[in-house]
Amino acid sequence: MSVLVDKNTRLLVQGITGHEGLFHTTQMAAYSDIVVGGITPGKGGEWVLDGKLPVFDSVKQAKESTDANASIIFVPARFAPDAILEAADAGIPLIICITEGVAVQDMMRVRSYLDQKKVRLIGPNCPGLLTPGEAKVGIIPGNIAIPGNVGVVSRSGTLTYEVLYAMKNLGMGASTCVGIGGDPVNGTNFTDVLEMFENDTKTEKVIMIGEIGGSEEERAADYIRTKMTKPVASFIAGQTAPPGKRMGHAGAIIEGGAGTAADKIKALEAAGVKVAKHPEEIPTLF
Amino acid sequence: MKLHEYQSKTIFSKYGIPIPKGRVAATPQEAKQIADELGGRVVVKSQVLVGGRGKAGGVKLANNSIEAEQLATQILAMEIKGLPVRKVLIDEASAIDQEIYFAITDDRSAKRPVIIASAAGGVDIEEVAHKNPEKIVKVHIDPLLGMREYIARDVALAIDLPREYWRDFTKLAMNLYEVYKKSDASLAEINPLVITKDKKLVALDGKMLIDDNALFRQPEINEMRDTDADAPSEIEARKYGLSFIKLEGNIGCMVNGAGLAMTSMDVIKLFGGEPANFLDVGGGASSEKVAAAMRIILTDPNVKAILFNIFGGITRCDEVAHGILKAMDEVKPKIPMVVRLVGTNAEEGRKLLESANMITAETLADAAKKSVEAAKKGK
Repeated sequence: MSVLVDKNTRLLVQGITGHEGLFHTTQMAAYSDIVVGGITPGKGGEWVLDGKLPVFDSVKQAKESTDANASIIFVPARFAPDAILEAADAGIPLIICITEGVAVQDMMRVRSYLDQKKVRLIGPNCPGLLTPGEAKVGIIPGNIAIPGNVGVVSRSGTLTYEVLYAMKNLGMGASTCVGIGGDPVNGTNFTDVLEMFENDTKTEKVIMIGEIGGSEEERAADYIRTKMTKPVASFIAGQTAPPGKRMGHAGAIIEGGAGTAADKIKALEAAGVKVAKHPEEIPTLF
Repeated sequence: MKLHEYQSKTIFSKYGIPIPKGRVAATPQEAKQIADELGGRVVVKSQVLVGGRGKAGGVKLANNSIEAEQLATQILAMEIKGLPVRKVLIDEASAIDQEIYFAITDDRSAKRPVIIASAAGGVDIEEVAHKNPEKIVKVHIDPLLGMREYIARDVALAIDLPREYWRDFTKLAMNLYEVYKKSDASLAEINPLVITKDKKLVALDGKMLIDDNALFRQPEINEMRDTDADAPSEIEARKYGLSFIKLEGNIGCMVNGAGLAMTSMDVIKLFGGEPANFLDVGGGASSEKVAAAMRIILTDPNVKAILFNIFGGITRCDEVAHGILKAMDEVKPKIPMVVRLVGTNAEEGRKLLESANMITAETLADAAKKSVEAAKKGK
């Protein structure tokens, strides 16, 4: 088992004919056979990847024709909220939004609507999901991770790749890697994913990669302390970040003295989590 | 993006929120003229994008227009927390009965807007929040429904606002939510919201933060940007779509990805160095972006070495190496460069850069150590 995605995932790509969408569709389809089609309004009836994947005008049509159970979004930021809502309304239970730069108030409205529908959203501003050997749903390079029993959850992109790669070099594999994204308002948080890993039979240990800003790491620490039986190792980025400055990710900011790396590390250590001094050290902590 | 008090209050006023009569002035003469128009007794308020203006002496009461001119002269010559005062707001003085704190902001944890209010508003609100958190009222708003009158009344009740003000307060709350929503604010704050001696609610001060991700649909607000608080290198970086923040150390950093960029700074510090900047060159790390980033890093005379940390996933390391070589050819830096390439085609990339006399490293820890050493030698 794994969490969220596996070889049985039937994936749609929203924005499949765009530059990013098409490039990553090619990569995902080359990794395993999970992509079943895509959507670009106005291009329904066309085919991509040498006629292998059909393009539809709407998610509703695509869902009816392909029986998809997940959709990944590669559309520009101003269209992304609409794309998420379209997928939710079409009855897609798992939506992954890679797009960076979505307006925060749009995301709050989207979240409020999705919460009523019980739809799982990953992201936005995230690298997506990877269940090594089974499914690559997003932009995490497939060749840097091997199958295994460590669940990985992170707010970051390349920092996550760094950790997966360090794991691979030690012969340590991942059950699933979940990139929850670097935005202040997102669909799925650390605690949601930790709970999935706790309940997943294949996952035996968990790596959590956090960063400055917000208080999700502290909440996760609370969950780990009270509910979790599997060991967790962690790293928190931004120990040298100055307060009041947004460190690339919209959510990575220390505001009014809150959201510092020191506070998060303290909370995690108090919950029995081993916190690494640098990312290459994480896989050696178990 | 932060807005000045006068900008925030102009927006408040457009949405029907009462503000004191007043205008902004850039010279003492203008300040005097505005004070004359307002009847002489005015408050002269420095307009800088930092908190604690009052405590720094940047907000003063003038009894007549001559005093207003003198105070404006004084305040316009000030620097507050390193920022020059370029403008002063001249507001008519109000006779105040009570100061209330009232704001709408994003609650990241709850994923929805939240009203924050307190009967104990004014300059010490942070202390109140710290020492008497029970005096701070928080009420969430469903962003699909927006502000409702009953929610505003709940807040009025919770802060013991006298009934005679409920009507005006409800209207004001509805209007402030419109400000928050229509301007894509992440904070719309009135502190203090005052009850005047003649029994009116007035937004005496105003502060707004705008969501950078929404600026594409806020052209008027985007025009209001004040770059005084940004380093020139940060303004330059913005032009190239680079995410760059200047720091005080001497090791320049160029990294792909924000999380890895922060981490690279942390690891430099871990091995005894000090990072000179945060810089995310983005996924592709094209030679144009690398060259622009290199020029920006090198404008800082403190920089004694540069650390490149590139994780090639989708991006191929040999391509990035070509980009770096092209950029070096153009910029011709004279300081040592430490490069760490990992991932796809890393070996090819490393060979290319070694032949160009760059210091290469395998791991992030190794790269950080080597750049700390290189920076020490460069002194």
